[in-house]
Amino acid sequence: MKVLVAVKRVVDYNVKVRAKADGSDVDLNNVKMAINPFCEIAVEEAVRLKEAGVATEVIAVSVGGKACQEQIRTALALGADRGIQVETESGVEPLVVAKLLKGVVDKEQPQLVILGKQSIDGDNNQTGQMLGALTGMPQGTFASEITVNGEKLKVTREIDGGLQTLSLSLPAIVTTDLRLNEPRYASLPNIMKAKKKQLDVLTPADLGVEVTRHLTQVKVQPPAERQAGIKVEDVAQLVDKLKNEAKVI
Amino acid sequence: MSTLVIAEHDNSSLKAATLNAVAAAQAMGAEIDILVAGGNCSAAANEAAAVPGIGKVLVADNAAYEHQLAENVSLLIAEVGAAYDNIVAPATSNSKNTMPRVAALLDVAQISEIVAVEGADTFQRPIYAGNVIATVKSSDAKKVITVRTTAFDPVAAEGGSASIEAVDAVHDAGISSFVGEEVAVSDRPELTAASIVISGGRGMQNGENFKLLEGIADKLGAAIGASRAAVDAGFVPNDMQVGQTGKIVAPDLYIAVGISGAIQHLAGMKDSKVIVAINKDEDAPIFQVADYGLVADLFDALPELEAKL
Repeated sequence: MKVLVAVKRVVDYNVKVRAKADGSDVDLNNVKMAINPFCEIAVEEAVRLKEAGVATEVIAVSVGGKACQEQIRTALALGADRGIQVETESGVEPLVVAKLLKGVVDKEQPQLVILGKQSIDGDNNQTGQMLGALTGMPQGTFASEITVNGEKLKVTREIDGGLQTLSLSLPAIVTTDLRLNEPRYASLPNIMKAKKKQLDVLTPADLGVEVTRHLTQVKVQPPAERQAGIKVEDVAQLVDKLKNEAKVI
Repeated sequence: MSTLVIAEHDNSSLKAATLNAVAAAQAMGAEIDILVAGGNCSAAANEAAAVPGIGKVLVADNAAYEHQLAENVSLLIAEVGAAYDNIVAPATSNSKNTMPRVAALLDVAQISEIVAVEGADTFQRPIYAGNVIATVKSSDAKKVITVRTTAFDPVAAEGGSASIEAVDAVHDAGISSFVGEEVAVSDRPELTAASIVISGGRGMQNGENFKLLEGIADKLGAAIGASRAAVDAGFVPNDMQVGQTGKIVAPDLYIAVGISGAIQHLAGMKDSKVIVAINKDEDAPIFQVADYGLVADLFDALPELEAKL
């Protein structure tokens, strides 16, 4: 079966992002960019399905400017077979990304679509579920384990307080949580090979989607600062402070 | 203006997160109804009706909704929500699963995890792990919103007597089914609802050592959490994770043990009222947000702390 994996270019998770002084936007000048960690887990899962003989082809798709081809190449180096870039400006809203991905799904007819549960820039946690609604496919979000069983997909999901297992009809959508797998590192030969793999570029018009905006960012600001407190000498002083000063125990 | 709040419940009782979502809905200044979708959920509906200031409680009681399957419940919420200006839910793992589906069915954006209401169409929400607070304005006529529960003080759970109305709509998409659930049974309070949380990080060294936190948690009536590093290392399960991609907590007292204080972890706990950090590295970033810092080896400090409580 064919597996489609969505990947997003985001600020590297080690970068501490700040608001610009004028509050117009976040300052992303010269910051390191990377593949969104949850998307990397999605790619790894798809590649493992291929290695296990379940998937026949893994297609990596990204929505964004030309720079996101770098993250598609990362996915190709990790083992995806070919890539698709849907060319848009950056900062496209999740609903529009989901509509564009639906266009790709209609074209490629994958049996399984794997996405990260959220991107670490917008922290929206929406795209996979929205794609589910638009395509009418069932979803296994926040997945920690997936098993393909003929026409069904068994998904174990991280929920508040524990784990839930669902059975979904294929085609289906999966969004990844942390414990689904531990992504491999791309080897140098595979990075070289990835440069030669097929990467097609589509426009929203090719997919019949109009890029619209539903939300406007009015301003950004730093969160309320927390002042560092004091260092206590020992456990006895700590307990005393908590009892008599903070009065929380 | 009217708002539909989606109840968080387990069929037999209403979860406290619902009360935070109602508080956010009140800040929007609208008439509020609550939707309880579940299976054999009349007990939860009765609790919802006791929340003061509610117009009516709509109850969709059907086996198709019993396990909150997103494919089914989203169709129901989209249909019932059609009559409202806002559809609001607490940002629990359940709503995170269902609400974006609702938004897409209605062809509107979802505004995730708002922390403040600035006006009828303007909200604040954290981005980049809470390093930045964005103010966003929606141009959608209908708004689908999830609420970061720690940002809104809950409304009272009792004192109201809203009318209860049955919703007959049955949506069974027939493409997903519930197989099973493994929910950790614990006498301790739920992580997101606890007034005291004690969390362990990579410094705990292994899962066995989390026992050192248990004695203290029992004495304080605290919930136990963990940093992503501790989860990634396999010490403890993911549902204990506090942070950007885990649970967001804001207890009266948060005790971070052997946690360095990566921004992703701080994103999940920095709104706690009092923060205590115990770490042997005096330069650990966690001390920059801690009200009380103790530079000590946790293997000495924890037994002593338990003894002194």
